[in-house]
Amino acid sequence: MISDFNQLSGLQLDALREVGNIGAGNAATALAQMINSKIEMTVPRVNILPLGEVPDLTGGADRFVVGVYLGVTGSARASILFVMPVENALHLVDMLMGRNLGVTQTLDEIEVSALQEVGNIIASTYLNALAMFTGLTLIPSVPALGMDMAGAILNAVLAQFGAIGDYVLMLETEFKKEGQDVVGHFFVLPEPGALQTILSALGVNG
Amino acid sequence: MMAQIIQVGMADLRVAKAPDKLMSAGLGSCVGVCLYDKTAKLGGLAHVMLPASLQAKNVQNRAKFADTALDMLVDEMEKTGGNRARFTAKIAGGAQMFRFAGDSDIMRIGERNVQAVEENLRRHGIKLVAKDTGGNFGRTIVFDIETGDLLVKTIGHGERVI
Repeated sequence: MISDFNQLSGLQLDALREVGNIGAGNAATALAQMINSKIEMTVPRVNILPLGEVPDLTGGADRFVVGVYLGVTGSARASILFVMPVENALHLVDMLMGRNLGVTQTLDEIEVSALQEVGNIIASTYLNALAMFTGLTLIPSVPALGMDMAGAILNAVLAQFGAIGDYVLMLETEFKKEGQDVVGHFFVLPEPGALQTILSALGVNG
Repeated sequence: MMAQIIQVGMADLRVAKAPDKLMSAGLGSCVGVCLYDKTAKLGGLAHVMLPASLQAKNVQNRAKFADTALDMLVDEMEKTGGNRARFTAKIAGGAQMFRFAGDSDIMRIGERNVQAVEENLRRHGIKLVAKDTGGNFGRTIVFDIETGDLLVKTIGHGERVI
């Protein structure tokens, strides 16, 4: 099992970045179709970080965010998180529901459900692309939604990785709406055992 | 001397003396454990992430787990001039952050963290004098070592001192 992420070779990191690129590309297209607007994405980064530094990626541990979480089971276990600043999540709901920008002020049942569906579609699209590329079976769970401090949202997700090691590897992509601010950060965290499975399937095992 | 606010990140712990303050931002399922020695004006804060080191495959970072973090924190405070017979504890955190169908282990981690912290405080014979735990919201805590007050801040669930 790969427990020391720093032992990953340049070739392996490139392969992960490429897979992330294809997955996120498809996810961005799906998101664009949902809100009928162009979505740009950054080239995926492969971050290897101590657990304590992860909240910094979302702008700090006490930043007010919405997080949609999905667990991945099947041939390779992973966690998927879509984290948005609250104001962006509210805008996203406006776009999904065809409301004027700024109309949505709170997240009630229907808004929560809409955002969970976004998480669901982005994650499934991403996983489909990854599955096609690797031949692995990847099954997303029902999405869960939390709205609170970024650190608090990340705690429980990172705790799963904390039981295995002190570092996490995360594939990160930023989604941006054309000409506007970031919509959200999309993170995929493969578990260490799963990372090996993915790398083997990509033919870059060691 | 200017008082400093010392940040304690996830899976980390720190000891400080008055007038400094210790702070942990964005506690969700994690539990902030504050130990206080009133006489020595000394405090310690551990940002605990998981209940027990025994179930874990890798225990390099001992500050991550309730059992080992508490052992470390007690030792560190004694090295800095504290006396464990005087220690009292306040804890905050241990929430369940996601609205979710199902109750897998990950969703119950906050509750298990709180239980583990309380058990380990009893094991060390340290009295728990106040707690603000559970619920489904995050907490940012600021531990004032001058007074022993623990300020708990939330988003949408008020602010209190315990």
